[in-house]
Amino acid sequence: MTAILKVAGVSKAFGGVQANRNVSLEVEAGRIVGLIGPNGSGKTTLFSSIVGYHPIDEGSIRFEGQEISRLRVVDIARLGLIRTFQQTRIYGGMTCVENMLISSSQRDARLLDLFQARSPEREERAGDLLDFVGLYPKRKLEAGSLSFGQQKLLEFAMALMNQPKMLMLDEPTAGINPTLINGLIDRLKRANEQFGITLFVIEHNMRVIMNLAEHIYCLAHGELLADGRPEEVQNDPRVLDAYLGAH
Amino acid sequence: MSDAHKKLAGRLAILAVGLAAPFLFPAYQSQMAELWLFVVFALTWDLAGGQMGYNSFGNVVFLGIGMYACVLTQVGLLYDIGIYNGARGGGSATFVFDLPHYLEGLALGLPVGALLAALAAAVLGAFVLGMRGHYFAICTLGLGVAAGEVANSWEWIGAGSGMVPPTPPQVIGDLSRFYYYFAFALAAVTFLVLGWLYRTRFGLAINAIRDDEDKAEAMGLQTTRIKVAAWVIAAVFLGVSGGILGNLKRFIDPIDTAFSGATFGVWMVLMAILGGKGTLWGPVIGAVLFEVIKEATWTYLLGWQRVALGLLIVIIVVFFPQGILGWLRERFPDRFGRRVEADLSGTAEETAR
Repeated sequence: MTAILKVAGVSKAFGGVQANRNVSLEVEAGRIVGLIGPNGSGKTTLFSSIVGYHPIDEGSIRFEGQEISRLRVVDIARLGLIRTFQQTRIYGGMTCVENMLISSSQRDARLLDLFQARSPEREERAGDLLDFVGLYPKRKLEAGSLSFGQQKLLEFAMALMNQPKMLMLDEPTAGINPTLINGLIDRLKRANEQFGITLFVIEHNMRVIMNLAEHIYCLAHGELLADGRPEEVQNDPRVLDAYLGAH
Repeated sequence: MSDAHKKLAGRLAILAVGLAAPFLFPAYQSQMAELWLFVVFALTWDLAGGQMGYNSFGNVVFLGIGMYACVLTQVGLLYDIGIYNGARGGGSATFVFDLPHYLEGLALGLPVGALLAALAAAVLGAFVLGMRGHYFAICTLGLGVAAGEVANSWEWIGAGSGMVPPTPPQVIGDLSRFYYYFAFALAAVTFLVLGWLYRTRFGLAINAIRDDEDKAEAMGLQTTRIKVAAWVIAAVFLGVSGGILGNLKRFIDPIDTAFSGATFGVWMVLMAILGGKGTLWGPVIGAVLFEVIKEATWTYLLGWQRVALGLLIVIIVVFFPQGILGWLRERFPDRFGRRVEADLSGTAEETAR
């Protein structure tokens, strides 16, 4: 197996706050990898660094062998590396279907390609994926009128519509009705298996991440604390200390 | 009658009224010509302001550039522009434009105006469209004022004394009627092009930028290029409308006609908001209503017309922030292809709660 994403020695500080210090990790192609850590441990900062939201201070980030730490957000997205947001972001004034239609892959698209009429195949794919997350009956509703959990599902469907090679999900189950969480785990796994999308997931819900991920990295105070298979990480005394506050 | 037939019938009716109007109401020809230009103003403003969420107060820049470029081309084809503009107020030279030359100047001048306005939009857009929200609005306001000041002090184009478009040859006859048809054709073309544009993926892309630009970027949309392209498209039509307006008014004042942020610049925003921004028909409805109100207050409240207009602005912003169509869309969402309730006849196995 080859690593699709390689993060090596990444550091990032905001003023005096060292959000990430010398973080190195790898995500293998086709796998589901988790990222855990207590609040403020630098998980979202690392995600933002990877997708180009802010420049990193040190280190290297490679996606499919290509150095991306100097690329802009849009160019990284066009390589097939897409992230979702912790605070869900959808296009609130557009209907669910429209949200989906404009989310299709931009990888090889140029400006002129936007001046096409809508294609039936794309509409069908949008419908299928909305069905996949259970939002098909709401396809004509304005996305902004959906509940938070539904918006989260829509955002997930939009990410799938983009046909990324790798999808980075920032707390996909936060704010979702507990009865729907199992369904979401199932869908994440199916997205991984059926569509071959590598997943890199930040998650606070231990039950979810233990069920989902094949490999887990744990951050604490901006540094990589431990990594391994879920049960290894779960029983690692350093991880327990970090969560329960032994410091 | 099917929906497609109704639509066609409606459009043919507007076409018939538009073509016949100068003969039915000859006394109002110039106002009606202005009305169609206002439709273009509102439609093009809404492209960036309503559909893309970039509220510009500086679109008069493209109007003014188109106006000057067109008229300068018309004159420059036959005479030296410096001498032409220098001769105003009692020069001995006479400048005659016969029919073939007049039409030739116009045929070349209008596209030149469109081209230069588009160029200006591309260059300025690359800089100012990086700003968002209020910063963008204030910056464009400044652009409009700056452009007016430049024109006001540029001797070659007439500076503060303005510029007179070429005098049309006698055979053209009624100038207002002549330019009425230009304005009507431009409004129709603008409407059809924007209607098509909003049905393409480009339309969805600018809506996405309006709703969440960061998200659009994170999904791989090249937002900067898209924004500049939208402004360029708006500028093309505004540039042509400038050429028509200049010739219709028979006199170009750099600040009161060409780069008039206080009138056209604000009015185009007002018309789009009045009708309902972010809709195709909203700006059209807004422009028609606005022109009627403007002319009525001018006729019946002379001296107070600006006050009445100001009051209108306040009433719209306070009571109709979404405009007429926006308000209707909220009340009757089904008629606009939007639903407020789930459609349970779908094929979904389960519905998310």
